[in-house]
Amino acid sequence: MRRLGGSAALRRSTLLRSLGLVAAGAVVLALVSEGLGAYDNLELATGAYYFAVLAGLTVLVGVSGQISLGHGGLMAVGAYTVVLLIGNEQWALVPALAAAVVVTSLVGIPVGAAASRLRGPYLAGATLAFAVGLPALADKFPATFGGENGLTINPPTPPSFLGASFELERWEAWIACAGALIVLFVLYNLLHSGFGRALRAVRDDEIAASLCGLRVGRAQTLAFILSAGCAGLGGGLLAVVLQLATPGAFPLELSLTLLTGVVLGGLGSLAGAIWGAAVLVLLPSWTNDLAHSFSLSANVENNLPFAIYGLVLIGAMLVWPSGIQGGVRELGGRLRRLRAHRVAER
Amino acid sequence: MEPRELARGTGLSVHEITVSFAGITALEHVSVDVAPGEVLGVIGPNGAGKTTLFNVICGFVAPQSGALRWRGEPLGRIRPDRLAALRIARTLQGVGLFPHLTVLENVTVGATRFRRAGLGSALLGLPRSDRDERALRERARAALAQLGCENIDERLPGTLPYAVQKRVALARALVCEPELLLLDEPAGGLDARELSDLAKLVASLGSSVAVMLVEHHMDFVTSVCDRVVVLDFGRVIADDVPRAIQQDPHVLEAYLGRDADTGDGLGAEARATDARG
Repeated sequence: MRRLGGSAALRRSTLLRSLGLVAAGAVVLALVSEGLGAYDNLELATGAYYFAVLAGLTVLVGVSGQISLGHGGLMAVGAYTVVLLIGNEQWALVPALAAAVVVTSLVGIPVGAAASRLRGPYLAGATLAFAVGLPALADKFPATFGGENGLTINPPTPPSFLGASFELERWEAWIACAGALIVLFVLYNLLHSGFGRALRAVRDDEIAASLCGLRVGRAQTLAFILSAGCAGLGGGLLAVVLQLATPGAFPLELSLTLLTGVVLGGLGSLAGAIWGAAVLVLLPSWTNDLAHSFSLSANVENNLPFAIYGLVLIGAMLVWPSGIQGGVRELGGRLRRLRAHRVAER
Repeated sequence: MEPRELARGTGLSVHEITVSFAGITALEHVSVDVAPGEVLGVIGPNGAGKTTLFNVICGFVAPQSGALRWRGEPLGRIRPDRLAALRIARTLQGVGLFPHLTVLENVTVGATRFRRAGLGSALLGLPRSDRDERALRERARAALAQLGCENIDERLPGTLPYAVQKRVALARALVCEPELLLLDEPAGGLDARELSDLAKLVASLGSSVAVMLVEHHMDFVTSVCDRVVVLDFGRVIADDVPRAIQQDPHVLEAYLGRDADTGDGLGAEARATDARG
């Protein structure tokens, strides 16, 4: 009886579900991080900040139906904000990361407002200019942004109550995972609210949505700002993990890779963003290991990872046209039908 | 025909609207009005300006001249997303549902004007946002039940028969409790029984709702409309009760004039439309 009451409360309350999800995630991530060495903890941290960016991007692309080739540029805004505030102004970590979210969201306002008036290739082009142009600003104003070498900060120090032997890499993984869980919390709530439905309605049919009383341009701008905030947090976390912000960390390829991540993981789904982040972190090192296991000439060995990477992406999209999460969902549906069939036979 | 005067402060009044696109006049000094409880049909040959008239009322097309009044207030520059709050709802030609939203979600979107919780409470998942959601879904369920669409809440529109999709679309328009309902070809693609169901439904909307419908199906128009306005080349050529419209020489000419061999006037247009649908 009590269990029933609990599940009804869960069904009724978005907050209980999202908090439960975050708590479960925190426990799992803490346990995983406990079992990992320094290098793998850095990979975990990388995956976590990728998730923050991908989750925002998948809401923008998959839910609100817009596109951005500029999220690498928005990550750069977050990274430089954190590095400047921590390095020059001696801000603490949390306010600096919060500032990264705010600054990047503010940058997202004009971009998002412009984006809501553009469609398809024009939108892609406009945001592309952002990805190309923004990191170049660092070269233009070397006195402020440190030019090509960028700016560095000191590594974050684990709080003393965690013990003197607490590894820096594990602490960085914890910070990045905390950021990822905040993004998960906010976006989960959004997608399960009327605003999430409004975004999907706008994506499906702008005219019908406006006749239902939805302000189409405003909804699209809002999605862009939220997504920019997530990218800013991801970029800020990247800067904390690498203790560095350079223009070279945010090339155009990064923006394209992020899009690859959301499509491969499964558009519009937060679980898909987790898959996407895992792929972005693990696939390059796996293809690298694989390429180097053949003992080929250096020339081939250095280029083979890219070829394998491309092949894996093509293969994955052929097998799972709606992304990994789409494939998982399909598999789940098949298992359920199978079980229902068995029960029916009995 | 008798000149009609709307009681002050009620209904929609379209006054002397002119619209032209790149030199082609789509509507020329068009005046139409519709009172609460009245069902007005707008008919005319293809390209006569029927949909343009709807688009002017909805704010998708800005007229070069003329004025609109709604419930006695002038409608200035109309924004489509403000209509629901003004209690004006419109269905689209065909179905126009959101293909990737479930039936219940589709109709819940139509109830947007009743939303009270803000973005902040949505992002934080506060109970206020959940309560709001439940209230909107209740309204949507009630609208679906009113149209006899039960037990399809979780279906996607594409998996339903066409006639049921059209009902869901109508539920999405009705859920905002409109006082003016604009129906763009509501009868398109429906069979005889579905048409009589739709006619009953339109008749049951009550005395507070003004209905304006664009339709090719003459039998349907004759059976549900209290009054019919005929457009031809962007001008109103007749405005009268359906029985009189069928005898009106100008109307017969508009329909027959261009291809007099093909049949018996209004019926021919209706048949041509059915064949296309």
